[in-house]
Amino acid sequence: MSDRLRVNKTYKLYVGGKFPRSESGRSYPVSSPDATVLANAAMASRKDARDAVAAARKAQRPWAGQTAYLRGQILYRAAEMLEGRAGQFAEEVAEATGAEPHEALGTVEAAIDRLVHYAGWTDKYASVLGGANPVAGPYFNHTKPEPLGVVAVVAPQDDPFLGLVEALAPAIATGNTVVVLASESKPLPALSFGEVLATSDLPGGVVNLLSGKVAEVAPHLASHADVNGLDLGGVGDAALAAELEAAAAGTLKVVRRPGRAGASLDLLRQWTEYKTVWHPAGMAAAAGGAY
Amino acid sequence: MGSILSGTEAASLVRALPGVDAVGLEARAAGLATRSVKKESKAKAIDLAISMIDLTTLEGADTPGKVRSLAAKAARPDGDAPSTAALCVYPSMVPAAAEALAGTGVKVASVATGFPAGQVPLEVRLADTEAAVRAGADEIDMVINRGAFLAGDLDLVFREIKAVKAAAGEARLKVILETGELATYDDVRRASWLAMHAGADFIKTSTGKVGVNATLPVTLLMMQAVRDYRAATGVQVGVKPAGGIRNTKDAIKYLVCVNEVLGDDWLSNEWFRFGASSLLNDLLMQRQKLKTGHYSGPDYVTVD
Repeated sequence: MSDRLRVNKTYKLYVGGKFPRSESGRSYPVSSPDATVLANAAMASRKDARDAVAAARKAQRPWAGQTAYLRGQILYRAAEMLEGRAGQFAEEVAEATGAEPHEALGTVEAAIDRLVHYAGWTDKYASVLGGANPVAGPYFNHTKPEPLGVVAVVAPQDDPFLGLVEALAPAIATGNTVVVLASESKPLPALSFGEVLATSDLPGGVVNLLSGKVAEVAPHLASHADVNGLDLGGVGDAALAAELEAAAAGTLKVVRRPGRAGASLDLLRQWTEYKTVWHPAGMAAAAGGAY
Repeated sequence: MGSILSGTEAASLVRALPGVDAVGLEARAAGLATRSVKKESKAKAIDLAISMIDLTTLEGADTPGKVRSLAAKAARPDGDAPSTAALCVYPSMVPAAAEALAGTGVKVASVATGFPAGQVPLEVRLADTEAAVRAGADEIDMVINRGAFLAGDLDLVFREIKAVKAAAGEARLKVILETGELATYDDVRRASWLAMHAGADFIKTSTGKVGVNATLPVTLLMMQAVRDYRAATGVQVGVKPAGGIRNTKDAIKYLVCVNEVLGDDWLSNEWFRFGASSLLNDLLMQRQKLKTGHYSGPDYVTVD
């Protein structure tokens, strides 16, 4: 009996709910730390980045307009889908990083728990970060966090899965949409994560995953006028990070510098901006409002 | 101008036209659509496309205020970008458009003749046209009587276009064929020739109000008709694709076709127009991209 020929997976980008190859037609080999070739991944170009931003922009308003409860349910659903495929992800993480199988499984389980954690936050962060403000006048004054819009994320290079989930979950929990540039040398778990998101009721375009060279693609995301936030958490090269920050200065609102993430509330706050509204208190009463 | 022809003569001429090679036409359009236009050529193409736009608003909710704001955008879209060719509105909005555009060089185009269906009596369609011209329209976009055309009454369609041409007087007449409602390429060819024989200054694909609007093959076919008509009669007629052209890439495909099929004589807003609204913002964003080197976004152009 002959050995069965293994069917290898084609790792593609995840943009606008679809799985395209790179517009440029390029790909690059991805290897494990012991130099075994694992697969070829699509090498995204600046046009793929542009398409991803366009998809994220299109998806942003409807996503922010969903109820917080529904966003939470969808994130929880993603965690459920991931739970069922934890073995596959653990294997991909182990191959990518050279970690021991049980360690790899540990990071996948931590990523699942992170999704559940932020699923819980979706309908609570607004009350924690915002609230009614005391003002000296006949006004009801309140503050509410609102999503920035489109956030471009350079995912951590050495923590290809948990780091990615930690970076994108708080951004989408608060109603942003994201374009994520996965770990350059270890993109496979991130690209497989696209399959989980695509089957989790997450609307297409809310999360867009690219693989390729950080130095090539990130500058176009940083300078893009239609990107509202930039997470440089995964940029290892300090000179490149400074360059990206400078490129972002012309158009972006918020840049997160490389370095260890803070507490989850800080991450939720990172990709929101505050809106403060003044209501004439008398009118609210006259209208029989519920204040 | 074709005015020497009678309706029956025009109808029999048009019926004798050869059929269209649909596969060849679509292959030719697809081939031309693969041309890549870069850098300086792209910058010029973008400016040319902007100058060819009939910036259009045809909504029941149009107000004089909205027309005035669009007029300001038509006259000065963005920084040093060129003006658009015209502002295209409903007849009731022509006074507001004419007032706002006075002295800018941007033309006022008005749809007329019971746009978009055209299913009203001829006298009403003629009165509609005359009223638009009186109110200050430089150009009239009329719809043909598709009911009569599809019923085979080409003679009637011809006479109606001539009547509208007479009613339009000095205003340039664009004849909308509504190609999405003509079933075949053969019909598009016949309608194009019929309109040109009847005195159209422009032939235009669509109203933008039906499911299928301008497509590249249909516009290519109309360009070929216009080219052949000039070869046969010496009279030059313009082409205006309208509806569904939303981004720079599409606009450049059309310009490539104009260049290949018609040549330099048609590469100005005197002879080629885009009927569009959202196209302008995409052209402006691409223009900003070429100038600044980074991608622009909808926050950097006006909301219409």
